Amino acid sequence: MIRGRKARLQVFRIVAFVLFGAFFVVPIYAMFEFSTRGIGENAPRTLANWQAIGTYPDMVAGIVNSLELAAITSIAILVVLVPTMVWVRLRLPRLRRVIELISLLPLTIPAIVLVVGFWPMYQWLGNNFSDSILTLSFAYAILVLPYAYRALDAGLAAIDVKTLSEAARSLGAGWPTVIWRVIVPNISSALLNAALLSVALVLGEYTIANNLLYPNLQVSLVSLGRTNAGVSIAVAVASLLFAFALLIAISFVGRPRRMRSEVA
Amino acid sequence: MSTTRPGIEVRLENLSRRYSGVTALDGLNLTMAPGELVALLGPSGCGKTTALRLVAGLEDADGGRVVIGGEDVTNVPANKREIGMVFQAYSLFPHMTAMQNVEFGMQLHEVGVAERRKRAVDMLELVGLSAHVNKYANQMSGGQQQRVALARALAIEPKVLLLDEPLSALDAKVRARLRDEIRRVQLEVGTTTLFVTHDQEEALAIADRVGVMNAGHIEQLGPPTTIYSRPATPFVAEFVGLTNRLAGVVKGGEVEVRGKRLPLMKPDSTDGPAIALVRPEAVSVAADGDMSAGPLVGSVISTVFLGATSRVTVDLGDVTVLAQLPTSDVGAITAGTKVRLSLRTDPVLIARDEKAATEA
Repeated sequence: MIRGRKARLQVFRIVAFVLFGAFFVVPIYAMFEFSTRGIGENAPRTLANWQAIGTYPDMVAGIVNSLELAAITSIAILVVLVPTMVWVRLRLPRLRRVIELISLLPLTIPAIVLVVGFWPMYQWLGNNFSDSILTLSFAYAILVLPYAYRALDAGLAAIDVKTLSEAARSLGAGWPTVIWRVIVPNISSALLNAALLSVALVLGEYTIANNLLYPNLQVSLVSLGRTNAGVSIAVAVASLLFAFALLIAISFVGRPRRMRSEVA
Repeated sequence: MSTTRPGIEVRLENLSRRYSGVTALDGLNLTMAPGELVALLGPSGCGKTTALRLVAGLEDADGGRVVIGGEDVTNVPANKREIGMVFQAYSLFPHMTAMQNVEFGMQLHEVGVAERRKRAVDMLELVGLSAHVNKYANQMSGGQQQRVALARALAIEPKVLLLDEPLSALDAKVRARLRDEIRRVQLEVGTTTLFVTHDQEEALAIADRVGVMNAGHIEQLGPPTTIYSRPATPFVAEFVGLTNRLAGVVKGGEVEVRGKRLPLMKPDSTDGPAIALVRPEAVSVAADGDMSAGPLVGSVISTVFLGATSRVTVDLGDVTVLAQLPTSDVGAITAGTKVRLSLRTDPVLIARDEKAATEA
């Protein structure tokens, strides 16, 4: 009886795995298939589209821009959030709900509405400070806030922040040392999680960049798609695979890392 | 061992602390002699942990001063106070080995690598963990973790050692052993130590002096034997050890309880009805002889075997009385046995408050 249930569960798992796998793989395969088509009826498969990516400077610039934005955004969000969240946990526990609410707010606001709000700010920023595309990382920091907050909150909940920091304080550590040498190493998987989620999110962002007229990866992808669909699909597949690789990486770093030998 | 530093005097002067209207500490005064181990004992919420956290600098006082070695540190942040602290919760840094944990504080105090290593090894040896230097917290038992925490706290040669119920998360056997261990180590390094606990046995066993706390102040401060045998207030008498509350009448420096006259600890008490506080070990139980009805004759409700001693609960009709006697004396006394109690003529303390009188 139990064996029967186990077997049924196994079957369900396999079916679910296959279905979801197909859901992800089929479109990507189709894109890959499209991007490797030759020109003409019975032309052989070719990687010409993939090789041509480098010959579109706008596309390359878009990729570089997005990678830079992803790096800046994920580092900035961690630098801002980690000390804030630790501080709130230790000193202002009553503010935790408020901070959580504020951090989750961007989830509820459609990107296009955010753009309306950002527009005058970016106009001012462009006129007075810089019109570099990297200023988009301000907007992206807000966009990734809910995800980063969630990831970090889970990490901080898993350790006794109060006792650990008080122990470190009593041993002579100032606050920067407490955060850098005691908190950070113990939430490293949460940090990585937050960072990778931010990267994945930034690489896939289109609405804000497009409407604020900044050529990031997705914007360049769309505009290239209008002239050369094959190359644009090749880039899209590549960026999807990159994002998947990141997400798979997350699920591995999330595992307990202290599986060292010599367990007592 | 290079870790010996002559003990340093610690003074808590008129410390007070309130949490949103609730007074946690109410003008606490305590002077700890160099090298002394003082235990603060009290029920939860009495302010003992608050007192310790104020000494550590982990909380700010609303009034009063903390003076360590003649220096007023009231406004010095925790990380500059040179205190060593062991917490109730396990506090080892999970990403470091035992060795690295012990080295951490010394690293912050800029002790050289060689010296640091040597001292860490010495400290871990002192707490009996030489075989576990490379283990992580999750590879050690609770008792081992607290030992490492003790080694870590002492490695920075603190001016004061603060122990915040370090044993309460451990099981009974480990607790007793580690308690003795802490005392041994403390005597060896000679660091002035403040030990906070709600466990009277723990406090009485290891402290030079015990401060019994109630509602934000120290009710009585003295050596363990004094605290136990000559409690200054009814609160102390009842909190430290078990106590029978027996109604009686004070007259001429004595109290008459159930037909028996007992001397008073404070003979100048005014005459009148009172509650005498009688220790269970001052009550003896006899199951033979004259069992005719009397104020001290009753029947046994239960006997509890505690090892060398046993505790017998006797129903005297209007009140139940606890007696603690050597197990060898219990003999055939079981639930239902008719017994006669006798009270040893030790000086007793009396309580007078009306509420207590009606409860009894």
